[in-house]
Amino acid sequence: MADDFAIELTDVRFHWPGQSRPVLAIDALQVAAGECLLLRGASGSGKTTLLNLLAGVTTAQQGRVLVLTTDLGRLRSSQRDAFRAAHLGIIFQMFNLIPYLSLVDNVLLPCRFSRQRRAKAVQRHGDLPNAARRLLSGLGLPLDDIGDRSTTELSVGQQQRVAAARALLGSPELIIADEPTSALDTETQESFLQLLFQEVRAIGATLICVSHDPALQPLFDRTVEITTINHSVSS
Amino acid sequence: MSAIFSLAWKSLLNRRFTVLLTLFAIALSVVLLLGVETVRRDAKLSFANTIAGTDLIVGARSGSIQLLLYSVFRIGHATNNISWRSYQDIAALPQVAWTIPIMLGDSHRGYAVMGTSADYFQQYRFARDRSLHFAEGGPFVDLYDAVIGAEVARALDYTLGQEIIVAHGMGATSFAKHDDKPFRVAGILEHTGTPVDRTVHISLEGFEAMHVDWRGGAPIPGMTISADEARAMDLTPRSITAFLVGLESRRDVFRLQRAVNDYRQEPLLAILPGVALQQLWDLMRVAETALLMISVCVVVAGLIGMLAVLLASLESRRRELAILRSVGARPRHIMALLVSEAALLALLGAVLGMLALYGLLALTQGWVEARFGLYLALSAPGIPELRIVALVVGAGCLAGLVPAWRAYRYALVDGMTLRN
Repeated sequence: MADDFAIELTDVRFHWPGQSRPVLAIDALQVAAGECLLLRGASGSGKTTLLNLLAGVTTAQQGRVLVLTTDLGRLRSSQRDAFRAAHLGIIFQMFNLIPYLSLVDNVLLPCRFSRQRRAKAVQRHGDLPNAARRLLSGLGLPLDDIGDRSTTELSVGQQQRVAAARALLGSPELIIADEPTSALDTETQESFLQLLFQEVRAIGATLICVSHDPALQPLFDRTVEITTINHSVSS
Repeated sequence: MSAIFSLAWKSLLNRRFTVLLTLFAIALSVVLLLGVETVRRDAKLSFANTIAGTDLIVGARSGSIQLLLYSVFRIGHATNNISWRSYQDIAALPQVAWTIPIMLGDSHRGYAVMGTSADYFQQYRFARDRSLHFAEGGPFVDLYDAVIGAEVARALDYTLGQEIIVAHGMGATSFAKHDDKPFRVAGILEHTGTPVDRTVHISLEGFEAMHVDWRGGAPIPGMTISADEARAMDLTPRSITAFLVGLESRRDVFRLQRAVNDYRQEPLLAILPGVALQQLWDLMRVAETALLMISVCVVVAGLIGMLAVLLASLESRRRELAILRSVGARPRHIMALLVSEAALLALLGAVLGMLALYGLLALTQGWVEARFGLYLALSAPGIPELRIVALVVGAGCLAGLVPAWRAYRYALVDGMTLRN
């Protein structure tokens, strides 16, 4: 797997239905397996569209989107959903959690939709509650201290850690994080990212992090400016 | 799929307050629907169980339903009596096995007083083939003996030997009383679940004795005949209200009915209880249907309320739906989640309604029987009840398709984009 690319975009064009001008035009983007990549771009740079393409929520009208060597454009929508459930962990900017589920239930959510993730989690940690506990304590949220409480009682920083634990559960090969630290204050941003890197490397996953914040740049293996690869913006 | 179901359950739990209100609305509508069904069924059963083994009922010519109602159910009044001569003539016909004369019109504290013969206690049948039994005492022997039904004894707390003053006419507050000729309770009948329970039975002669010094609904001025003086008089009734006829052979029933209806001396009417009862059902069907339609509308209103709650919450749940999509939920999972929520609400509402109805029945059973003479059975839910519950749940699932469809659209449009 090491010489494979986790992500490989070739001549991708995406435009909204009814509009001829693409919002995304990327000739090439390659991310090596196991890499921690920062995709930097302001809002309007097409980063949301790019993430939706990578996650298989939308498909490009032209070009190839290979994720984990799978051509997402060739999959039907239900197959892309299944692919996402099995291979991707996603972290949003904030309010990542389902309010009516407990902390542990939120972490275990991917297992409800992917048998593969469930099997991997059980294989790695013995059983599901243990998997949730190990992941949470790895991210600095020891369950024994805070207990399995309602997610509404958690601080924003704690919520992001729960979201990260959920994304990591069942060892998906690709983690996508959309501005995961922008709701955190500067001191906790770095510690959160360091813990995330540590856990991502522990399962050998690839991390793609989108942010507008140039301060995060030194923490990542590599940084790609979206505006430099997406010429629909510059042209 | 069970994953979706548990998600739906937790999501409902999270919105306890609105969910509970919705549940109550659905439960209430189910109580109404099932209640109407129960009352309808039990009323029919109790009517059908009131008379059995009687081949014909004969009274003055009027409507057949009217005759059935006043002679058997003590509902309404006879417009005319029939003469004792006519009764004797028909009772003497060779096809007739037995007759029970009935004299109505007076009451005791709101309960009908019925003059009849002692044969009544032997021949009267109800609920297919049950006969009357005495809980205490026996049939009337003395002229001023009375036999009371179980409900009369219970409600008025009467025991054997209790003195009874009969009031002239019907109604609990009659001014004219036959207080010069008091009766005495000689027997108390066992509970039957029929109007017999709410009847005071006396002999025809006793009924006549009360009225020897009365004419046209009032005492004859200046004429008083004491209770003991009346004993010496001829107390053969001049007229009776109606009589029940049992035949030697049921094959003769139509021939005898025609004979009675063609009786030349007096306009009479003979009815078959079963046929008259069927006519009564036909008459009631309109009211039944109307009641049923109203209950169905209430159920629909309850489900629309549920729909409104689900739809109103949907907009604020778009973020939740996007999160579910991001962890791998497919649009059809989102749809299933919403339908499950609606189905759970409808199911819980229906079950809650059923339980509430049983509680209500258990609480009011005695009162309803005492007040309306209607025995509401507290039986395990049968096929009709389960069918109603299944229909409500089915309709709930169908209603759930509306928010499910919208959520499905949201799931497709939003993808993983977090709105708001």
